[in-house]
Amino acid sequence: MLSNMNMPRLAQMQTVTLIPGDGIGPEISSAVVKIFQAANAPVSWEERNVTAIKGPGGRWMIPPDAKESMDRSKIGLKGPLKTPIAAGHPSMNLLLRKTFDLYANVRPCISIEGYKTPYTDVDLVTIRENTEGEYSGIEHQIVDGVVQSIKLITENASRRIAEYAFEYARNNQRSSVTAVHKANIMRMSDGLFLRKCREVAESYKDIKFTEMYLDTVCLNMVQDPTQFDVLVMPNLYGDILSDLCAGLIGGLGVTPSGNIGANGVAIFESVHGTAPDIAGLDLANPTALLLSGVMMLRHMGLHDHAHKIQKACFDTIREKKVLTKDLGGNSKCSEFTADICRRVQDLD
Amino acid sequence: MTFWGLGGPKWWQQASRSVSISASLSRVESPPARADATFKVTMLPGDGVGPELMTAVKDVFKAGDVPVEFDEFHLSEVQNMASEDKLEELLSSMKNNKVAIKGKIHTPMEFKGELASYEMRLRRKLDLFANVVHVNSLPGYSTRHNNLDLVIIREQTEGEYSSLEHESVPGVIECLKIITRAKSRRIAKFAFDYATKKGRNKVTAVHKANIMKLGDGLFLQCCAEVAQLYPKIKYENIIIDNCCMQLVQNPYQFDVLVMPNLYGNIIDNLAAGLVGGAGVVPGESYSAEYAVFETGARHPFAQAVGRNIANPTAMLLSAANMLRHLNLEYHSHMVSDAVKRVIKQGKVRTRDLGGYCTTGDFVHAVVENLRHRPNY
Repeated sequence: MLSNMNMPRLAQMQTVTLIPGDGIGPEISSAVVKIFQAANAPVSWEERNVTAIKGPGGRWMIPPDAKESMDRSKIGLKGPLKTPIAAGHPSMNLLLRKTFDLYANVRPCISIEGYKTPYTDVDLVTIRENTEGEYSGIEHQIVDGVVQSIKLITENASRRIAEYAFEYARNNQRSSVTAVHKANIMRMSDGLFLRKCREVAESYKDIKFTEMYLDTVCLNMVQDPTQFDVLVMPNLYGDILSDLCAGLIGGLGVTPSGNIGANGVAIFESVHGTAPDIAGLDLANPTALLLSGVMMLRHMGLHDHAHKIQKACFDTIREKKVLTKDLGGNSKCSEFTADICRRVQDLD
Repeated sequence: MTFWGLGGPKWWQQASRSVSISASLSRVESPPARADATFKVTMLPGDGVGPELMTAVKDVFKAGDVPVEFDEFHLSEVQNMASEDKLEELLSSMKNNKVAIKGKIHTPMEFKGELASYEMRLRRKLDLFANVVHVNSLPGYSTRHNNLDLVIIREQTEGEYSSLEHESVPGVIECLKIITRAKSRRIAKFAFDYATKKGRNKVTAVHKANIMKLGDGLFLQCCAEVAQLYPKIKYENIIIDNCCMQLVQNPYQFDVLVMPNLYGNIIDNLAAGLVGGAGVVPGESYSAEYAVFETGARHPFAQAVGRNIANPTAMLLSAANMLRHLNLEYHSHMVSDAVKRVIKQGKVRTRDLGGYCTTGDFVHAVVENLRHRPNY
């Protein structure tokens, strides 16, 4: 095969906004940067911080330089951010979502060869509506001791996520899309979501469309996950199911995730926590952030680099010689990173 | 063993025939081979494979001479057999008998008028606030996680299932989730009482209070308050998505789980899948006065209707639990031992457990095993 004529070595550098995050965020971000450098990926990083600040008018927002950088580059890679329970400001992830209208959360869950779990041959994608649903954040105390939380389902958001799901299925050669809902209980709200999915399915006759109750999906998922392909669902169910699927392949430490926004903005992130107990000790596992970076490269069209890095990462895990503690080994993060860098360079 | 009001002098009211002196005296010592009084239990077959499962229960009870008489009612939304009068009849029967066994009443997705389904209204009218699902691995049937022993307690009357929905603006639907302090406290107390009674060590509350700070925050607060009254039981809490992940990676870390309505639905089904599916997990619902026995994962399983393939294990084990609730210990053990023996032997298995047998074959095998009664 001739060298790639459409992707010369001195390719135009694409800017990516890098948000290291908290806790182990900075160490795994620098690990990913090293690996990308070893792979000669044409990516130039702009590091930004996203601690919430109170803007004019008293509304919480992300720092303006972070917003400006993201709007310009359109692609972001984010490490874990702290989400305190009952703090003064809304969760940082929620804030980012609102700022960039990140309406779709995509999590491909593929079994990692070499990292054994009781579930094999998992290959599914969960696509979760990320802006409304149960997470609208609208809650009131009606009287003392009675609290009401409002779940919002709108036509537009449901249609948008359904369209994204079918587009994704088409672009990634997936054969079926399953809508997950609880329309037997929440007859109006999930009923609307389901109707929109059905309408959009009409325009994508090449993709098979099925619908399944959330509890049936859970029941079947733990017995035979291979029956699922692409799953699309509202916010809360998506949160739960995507974490459930992450558990099937080995946990949040090895699961990539991407958020797609309305104006072409896409932020890829690792979804594990900040792990404050091992922060700064060079023990963290950068796999999740790395695989998210790979997802990002694919989104940017840099499939060769993506493939190289993914292969190097999977080979390292399969060899089992330099694994971090959560993968069952005893090595440090820097050793794991160095091993992947070496493999990437060897693959050149 | 008395639980929630049924026991002591009330036992006399349940008997439909006069009780002879000998039976009452011998109740305390060795169980009689044939009781002189029968218990009346309301039976609601429901939709889907419900009727087939109920037939299985009746066949096994008949073969085992179990002193239980069933009052049958047929209420179904999808088969147009539902009306307010029927519901009232059913409710008054249940209030008389205090114990019921039921299948799942299927809820059609289209609604006419009321948003709440019959199943939900039944729960609310009887105030069946606690749903308990026993997740136990079956000896002889191995899954990816063996030797599981979990109890999942779910608040059943409020939360996301409040059926309060409206279209505020065209194209925008609001659905209300209600959490109250009274009900959260009640379910938390139920969970800790249950844990104490059954000798369990730990209760874990499942929530999403980092996002739903007021709603689930209130639930969590109530659980923490009640936990302080039970110093011998360890109390922990976990976020729902992490809980799901942990259940598929390491379910042994959990003991008793307590949670609001929707999360309960998810975790019930997830845990049922871990030990073998909806066909093997029994469950029950309690109110302060009534007890309803059913399967743990509630699905009508309409695609199996008439094909004689449904697995009656869950319903039979639940019926055995019902017998224990009625203080018929001997018969309870007889039924559950027979079912477990059949599963362990592995020769007669329904399709969901990887076998080829029909429901009828399984019931026949259970009936055969009933004859080998253990000496008590």
